[in-house]
Amino acid sequence: MIAADRRRDALEALALARPPLEAVTEPERLAAFEMDAYIQKRERPLAAALPDDERQVASLVAECARRGVPVVSRGAGTGISGGALPDPEGILLVLTRLRSLHRLDPLARLAQVGPGMPNARVTEQAAPAGLYFAPDPSSQTVSSIGGNVAENAGGVHCLKYGLTVHNVMGVRLVDGEGDVLELGGEALDAPGYDLLALACGSEGNLGVVTRATLKLLPRPEATHTILAAFATVKAGAEAVGRIIGAGVVPAALEMMDRVVIDACERYMALGLPAAEALLLVEVDGGREEALEERGRIEALLVASGATEVRVAATEAERAGLWKARKGAFAALATVLPDYYTMDGTIPRRALPEVLDAIYALGREYGLVIGNVFHAGDGNMHPCIFYDGAVAGELERSEELGGKILGLCIDHGGTITGEHGVGVEKLREMCLQFREGEISAFHDVKRAFDPAGILNPGKAVPTLKRCAEWGGLHVRGGRLPHPDIPRF
Amino acid sequence: MTDFIAQLADRVRDHAARKAPLRIRGGGTKDFHGAPVTGEALEMAGYAGIVAYEPRELVLTVRAGTRVADVEAALAAEGQVLPFEPPRFGEAATIGGTVACNLSGPRRSYAGAARDFVLGARIVNGKGEDLSFGGRVIKNVAGYDVSRLMAGALGTLGVLTELSFKVLPRPPAEATIAFEMDEAEMIEAVNRWAGQPLPLSATAWEAGVLRVRLSGATSAVAAAKAKLGGEAVADGEAYWLAVREQSLAFFDPAKPLWRLSVAQTAAPAGLDEPAFIEWGGGQRWYSGDVPRGAARDAAQRARGHATLFRGGDRTGGVFHPLPPALAKIHRRLKDAFDPAGIFNPGRLDNF
Repeated sequence: MIAADRRRDALEALALARPPLEAVTEPERLAAFEMDAYIQKRERPLAAALPDDERQVASLVAECARRGVPVVSRGAGTGISGGALPDPEGILLVLTRLRSLHRLDPLARLAQVGPGMPNARVTEQAAPAGLYFAPDPSSQTVSSIGGNVAENAGGVHCLKYGLTVHNVMGVRLVDGEGDVLELGGEALDAPGYDLLALACGSEGNLGVVTRATLKLLPRPEATHTILAAFATVKAGAEAVGRIIGAGVVPAALEMMDRVVIDACERYMALGLPAAEALLLVEVDGGREEALEERGRIEALLVASGATEVRVAATEAERAGLWKARKGAFAALATVLPDYYTMDGTIPRRALPEVLDAIYALGREYGLVIGNVFHAGDGNMHPCIFYDGAVAGELERSEELGGKILGLCIDHGGTITGEHGVGVEKLREMCLQFREGEISAFHDVKRAFDPAGILNPGKAVPTLKRCAEWGGLHVRGGRLPHPDIPRF
Repeated sequence: MTDFIAQLADRVRDHAARKAPLRIRGGGTKDFHGAPVTGEALEMAGYAGIVAYEPRELVLTVRAGTRVADVEAALAAEGQVLPFEPPRFGEAATIGGTVACNLSGPRRSYAGAARDFVLGARIVNGKGEDLSFGGRVIKNVAGYDVSRLMAGALGTLGVLTELSFKVLPRPPAEATIAFEMDEAEMIEAVNRWAGQPLPLSATAWEAGVLRVRLSGATSAVAAAKAKLGGEAVADGEAYWLAVREQSLAFFDPAKPLWRLSVAQTAAPAGLDEPAFIEWGGGQRWYSGDVPRGAARDAAQRARGHATLFRGGDRTGGVFHPLPPALAKIHRRLKDAFDPAGIFNPGRLDNF
């Protein structure tokens, strides 16, 4: 009976929203919205709302708040932590129709866009002015700006150009009461608390982004891409440390291990060097600066024991060197039918040690793990391969994934660098944070969404669930590094 | 030193129980900033020292009472900097106070603000809880970004005890060039240049003269100088230090100082008082008795906000008033983080 009441409330909220908006309520059509790119779970929402106007979003959220109807917002559905997994008792708010370019101002170097605009489309529109939008998550041809803000999306150029939070000047956000908040704007700061920082990475829990003002950067005059092969992962990791220690901040610094190199070679026959680790380094900027940095990096790579160094001389060669990295995840899909990508970040110095521990865990579980990661900022993406058709393999891969995140926490890192917590890493949140921090997150949530209708149950676990899972912040009966402040 | 935090937490709980305000204080160099505040001083300068610094990680963790001068000296020894070039306004300035004020210097529009480089914050909230947010890694999206929320909160949400930052290498070369331009020409020029791959790191305009700083690889700075022209400024380093510290004659301490943070391309504000314009047009200072309403109107026309930064009549709101929907969220955050309302009450006007 509760379910029937919920359905009635949801339909009523949809009917009362103004101006009227289109909604999908037929079960067979709702099937298309059952999951995002976190494929381990699916749920059918009571309805999917398809607004094409901010006023509809605000009105619908206000009506839902009055009735306690959950609202899960969704862009292109490329998130891989389940942030846009529908609530079976709520409405899925699909923002892909809000995809207008409201303003492009080349002199001010900013673009105001709707949340449904795909990330790459921003750069396409800015390109004639010699500008681009820096965050480049691997999903960028599809993933939408609203989702990028909600997840604080990263990409391969974060070390130099930052995350989404560093490249968004302002957002219009509909809070959990249906009020439109103007956070940030065209000025470089705003009065009061930095609510924009809270909105970035809030995973749809604090509000619905209805417009974003994005910072555009001048397209670099020159870009150089270098590929280096190493006989050990450790040697590759050491080279990364030496480059940064020498005062160079490359635009990208990516690493792939043997499993990934072999998969790419089988899948794409790129003629990659035979190696235990490949490092892809990119430098950009003014013509002179990029050339100077390239020279320094080549020398550092050789001095760090690279067995081979290739420098792209042309744009086509550059694309060739990137092909392995960009195609890595597609190539990995050929290893086994299914894989599970992790997203922990660790202090870079711990890379060799953590990688060794990850391989050991893989052997213990009898599962293959490949590593492709943003070595420059310590953001690792171990991929655990399994066969979903084999009973219990998915569960074992998830258990192994949890252990890898535990390793990241133990080494002073974090459970997620750019993919978000969603539903996937709720449990690990209880390991990374203590009761006080989790409570503070709930306080922040209540400030924006007192009725608790926005994406309920995602991103931050309840204290009750943490207790059920075996308590907060205690691993193996002891606090990891009790002497180190946990941040 | 963890005893310090335990004792601090005890004191906060005691004050919370009595609803007795605390005035959080580092080096006291920003006592002028924000609305007037009363209460027993909570001195943080004693909680100083570097907790962890590994240059190769580009990450630094320090106790909040550490002097900015000491932080920058430790970084300089490794050829690194705090990229937001924080103003000190006195040698006693602490890193905690800098973050609490979210103060950034001339490099801000090209490198980012203090808030952009905060990776983690350990705080004691108004319930006397010792909490840690963010982390010591560059990429981290676990939990809401409470550490960045602390930047600019003026201590009204918690006492900062330890902070982690992303740091960067010091640019190998710098040069300063000058141009004669009026305000409107300057606004157009600095924004046009910012849209090109030039190693800009600061701009400042006053009385018809624009100064531009270039920072980067030696070859890049030389190429940009050749491209932009202008007149070489010999004592560039001293000049930018004076801009950062507001020690130029323009910043007359006897006069009120208004700060307008506006859209970088906004047309001249049309105020009569003399202007000093930084950050590619984004930060505009006005020295003199600008009526509060006029300053706020001018800022709003320029799509920004006005702050009475120093001096003047500091009752009746020094910051730009918030719209009701934002004020509502501020109130709830303040009540949650500091339920007894004891941290710097009123320093952020109503919070």
